[in-house]
Amino acid sequence: MNTWRIARLVAAKDLRVEWRSRVVVNQVLPFAALVMVMFAFALDNDQVLTRVAPGLVWLATMFSLLVIVQRAFAVETADGALDALQVAGVRPGGIFLGKAMALAAQLAVLELVLLGAAVVLYKAEVVASGIVLLVTTYVAATTGLAFVGTLYGGLAAGAKGRETLLPLLMLPVVAPVLIGATRATEAALGTENATPSDGWPWIGLLTLFAVVFGVGGALAFGSLIDE
Amino acid sequence: MEPVEQPVVALVDVVAVLGSFPALAGASLVVHRGEILLLRGPNGAGKTTLLRLCAGLLPVERGTATVLGCDLVADRTAVRNRVGLLGHSNGLYADLTVADNVRFWGATVGATQAEIADSLTRMGLSNRLADVQVARLSAGQRRRTALACLVARRAELWLLDEPHAGLDAMGRDDLDVTLRAATAAGATVIVASHELERAGALATRVVEVVGGQVRGVAS
Repeated sequence: MNTWRIARLVAAKDLRVEWRSRVVVNQVLPFAALVMVMFAFALDNDQVLTRVAPGLVWLATMFSLLVIVQRAFAVETADGALDALQVAGVRPGGIFLGKAMALAAQLAVLELVLLGAAVVLYKAEVVASGIVLLVTTYVAATTGLAFVGTLYGGLAAGAKGRETLLPLLMLPVVAPVLIGATRATEAALGTENATPSDGWPWIGLLTLFAVVFGVGGALAFGSLIDE
Repeated sequence: MEPVEQPVVALVDVVAVLGSFPALAGASLVVHRGEILLLRGPNGAGKTTLLRLCAGLLPVERGTATVLGCDLVADRTAVRNRVGLLGHSNGLYADLTVADNVRFWGATVGATQAEIADSLTRMGLSNRLADVQVARLSAGQRRRTALACLVARRAELWLLDEPHAGLDAMGRDDLDVTLRAATAAGATVIVASHELERAGALATRVVEVVGGQVRGVAS
């Protein structure tokens, strides 16, 4: 079976697991919304909140990403399914792409909710002239985060203390996405008179990041999950 | 003169280590097509390691190992899509239903809907259990589901670690019938088990694994 068909099969399976368990909907989304509310309590100033809204949205996304990635690999290791996938000769590149696709779909829903929360709680404004940049930022950043999340989730899956190891490994790596996505989102929302043209250079960084971790992950995933 | 059929498994003086512990210490074994081979031996003797090595999950440190014509020393991944391994864990997704699981594992080898339905029927899961989440099943029902997934994968070599564990009498009968049907269709089965009476009655040959070596052959 070719890599693309395996990827679709694994993605459909992961999304079905979420559909049946509703962990992201019932636990991760409320957690992310709670983080946004806590930021509002901590800063307690409308002007400051509007100014830092893009950064807080992406910070909440990163925290939630950790939870989703832990969950995505917990279902694979709980009953030895990852081993079984290897024995079944399922191409590791297909597993990587499939899990990244499912992760990206869940992240996309999460990010929409967080953006909505920023508009409601932090009075962030989505302006028409920044829509294209905003959508491009979300696509590029989500793709990069999904690839990194899958790669590091696979790396930590067989390790002892993986729950605490994953944030330590992953957060430093996703820092460029946090910076690039925040700057590009600021430009898209017109934060502090920024214009959309200020954001496009950051899209280059986000795209490069996604390509590097997508290609690298697809090639390295087999070795990572192998004993 | 008829061509001599290559053995399905041919291990010669194989050494495999788990960490720094030599779990297999010079194991040699030959298994031919259509056999149901029982591995018996005490805990920690190397039975599970032997099965995992044949599945291409463990590297061969020393010796030669060929499974289904694939040289495990050169590339242990080549054999993987042709073997089915049922280890101590079941390899199931607890949030999915029984049918979802069998469909997924069957789809990895392109099994048809009819083949998936047949797999469920063979393991007695085509009734109301098919739509039950695996998380809600008993240990025996999970084992049945894992076996149905294995049937759906149509492996050439079945590697089963304590397959009767947790199964009720009907489940054990279903398993035995399924294994005999698989070997009749050309598959080969290696079973590691402590249930010597049950597995011994099923097996066509019995070998003992002791201290990481395969010893003594009893018919």
